[in-house]
Amino acid sequence: MRLRQFALPLVAILLAGTACKKNEPMVVPTPVPPPAPAATPTPAPPPAPPAVDPNVAIERRRAELINTLAQEVFFDFDKFDIRPQDMAVLDAKAALLASHSQVRIRIAGHADERGSDEYNLVLGNQRALAAKAYLERKGIAGSRIDVISYGEERPADPSSTEAAWARNRRDAFEVIAGREQLGTIR
Amino acid sequence: MTRCSLLLLLVFLAGPLSAQDPVRVGIDYRPGIRPRVVILPAAGLDSVRAIVGRDLDYTDRFEVVQLPNAEPTANPLLGGQAPPVNYELYRSLSASWAVQFERASGGMALTVRLHDLTADVVRRDTTMVADLSGAGEGRMDLHRLSDALTEWISGQRGIAATRMLYVERGSQRIHRVDSDGHAVVPMSPGGVTALSPQWSPDGTRFTYHILGDDGQSPVLIQDVVGGARRTVPTTGDGGNHLTPAFSPDGQSLAFTRLTDQGSAIFRADIARMCCVDRLTAARYPANLSPTWSPDGRRIAFVSNRSGVPQIYVMSADGTDQELLVPYDFGATGASYAPDWSPDGTMIVFHRDVSGSPQLFVYTVGSRQVRQLTSQGRNEDPSWAPDSRHIVYISDRTGRRQLHVIDLETARVRQVPTPGVARLPAWSSLLGGSR
Repeated sequence: MRLRQFALPLVAILLAGTACKKNEPMVVPTPVPPPAPAATPTPAPPPAPPAVDPNVAIERRRAELINTLAQEVFFDFDKFDIRPQDMAVLDAKAALLASHSQVRIRIAGHADERGSDEYNLVLGNQRALAAKAYLERKGIAGSRIDVISYGEERPADPSSTEAAWARNRRDAFEVIAGREQLGTIR
Repeated sequence: MTRCSLLLLLVFLAGPLSAQDPVRVGIDYRPGIRPRVVILPAAGLDSVRAIVGRDLDYTDRFEVVQLPNAEPTANPLLGGQAPPVNYELYRSLSASWAVQFERASGGMALTVRLHDLTADVVRRDTTMVADLSGAGEGRMDLHRLSDALTEWISGQRGIAATRMLYVERGSQRIHRVDSDGHAVVPMSPGGVTALSPQWSPDGTRFTYHILGDDGQSPVLIQDVVGGARRTVPTTGDGGNHLTPAFSPDGQSLAFTRLTDQGSAIFRADIARMCCVDRLTAARYPANLSPTWSPDGRRIAFVSNRSGVPQIYVMSADGTDQELLVPYDFGATGASYAPDWSPDGTMIVFHRDVSGSPQLFVYTVGSRQVRQLTSQGRNEDPSWAPDSRHIVYISDRTGRRQLHVIDLETARVRQVPTPGVARLPAWSSLLGGSR
């Protein structure tokens, strides 16, 4: 609710100012008058890149894609629903998985140290399943997605602070097959 | 030693024993009258006296008074025999029993006499082969002697010849410790996260689950002696498996499997290592932490089918699932980690109270729930074989450690271990046929 209240003025500000850098997956319900085309000078063409070994280029691109696939999503305390601000992160993965049919991933769900040790494994599983279900709704076959729960056993930050707990309530993503396909598709 | 100074000594020694822990909220504890037991002086048997005296104290059934080895106990004029016990003296000090130790067979054996001070008679006189240094496995022989003494005096077997399993945070290995806090030994393999240990009913095996880096999370059964391990059928095929529990006959194992639909409780035939049945339906988000009734006919477990996790029960074949421990919808905190008492009359569990887990006991017959703890975090309880003591994890001393609470007196003691302890499990009486 609060997010939607912010979303409109935020988008308006973004549009009125510099042009959008990229397409945000944000749906704007009311039409906003398009901004007057800014008189931006045409950028000078970038200098011709030095000749790059194609294998190096693929490796570089592969690392970028793996980075996209590995980006974590976070959860509220004792919750396992995907937060609106994390949907773009999962959308990027869904697009990537859709164009790379051989890639398989494993989602690992984690919990913070509060709560029952044993129940935290269930909670981690529910968090991993939430991300899996989201990707399935985006058209990715469930058979390409493994899930595992680590409960509170693998904290990203072992300290006992609110910030650490927020950091630890997460889904982590790992490529478990089809890695070689990444970076080879344009 | 004069009668007066002995009396002062007794008062001094008995003082700390009666100091009870202030951990209680609305609990009706019945301290009752605990008979006073005197451990008589016995030259050269300090370890034996210390171990047995502490064991008797930890039963919370007696007031134990250790008399120091101040006087000569063997009179050369009596041919090396201990002098006769001055029944009148100890009786005047309100002691009901006296335990007397003597070396036998040149130090290879131990003679134990239990004096009934109210009747001026020796009730028991027995000699056993024992390692009198109180070191190594010999300690367990002395613990068994303590349990026998407890039974001779109170009619109820003691709980000294038992051990606890727990997970050490950091190494994430399952460790074992004697009931009196001695002999901490790592049990599960190093470098692997092992969780939720549970003993087999006869104490010769234990089960637990591991969290692998490869997405595998099977349930294992390991021999206590030798350490041989087996994977429980179907749990090595990928996915998370957790919270295993042996059936009382040792033939079956109940465990939780996390699935795409939530989590469900399964039952495997471990006598034949086959035949896995699903006990709970999949449409519920969470079902976990099974614990068997001692007759093997029912299984209590945690389920969040009505929203907040609470304690449910079913028949051992999965039928007749219903809420077990009553709660106020919308008010009572989540409940976890049930453990059915060995005598079948109670279930202990922990429940969130204002953000901290606290221990509660549910009495099966009366359907009453009572809170046992209120200070700090107190969680993951497990019964001792006497259905009277409970080991659990508490952070009341700062870091999380094993603690034991006595239901009758509310006395709490810590079982100190080197690291941070989690997920304890108390064994049955170990070794021997008694």
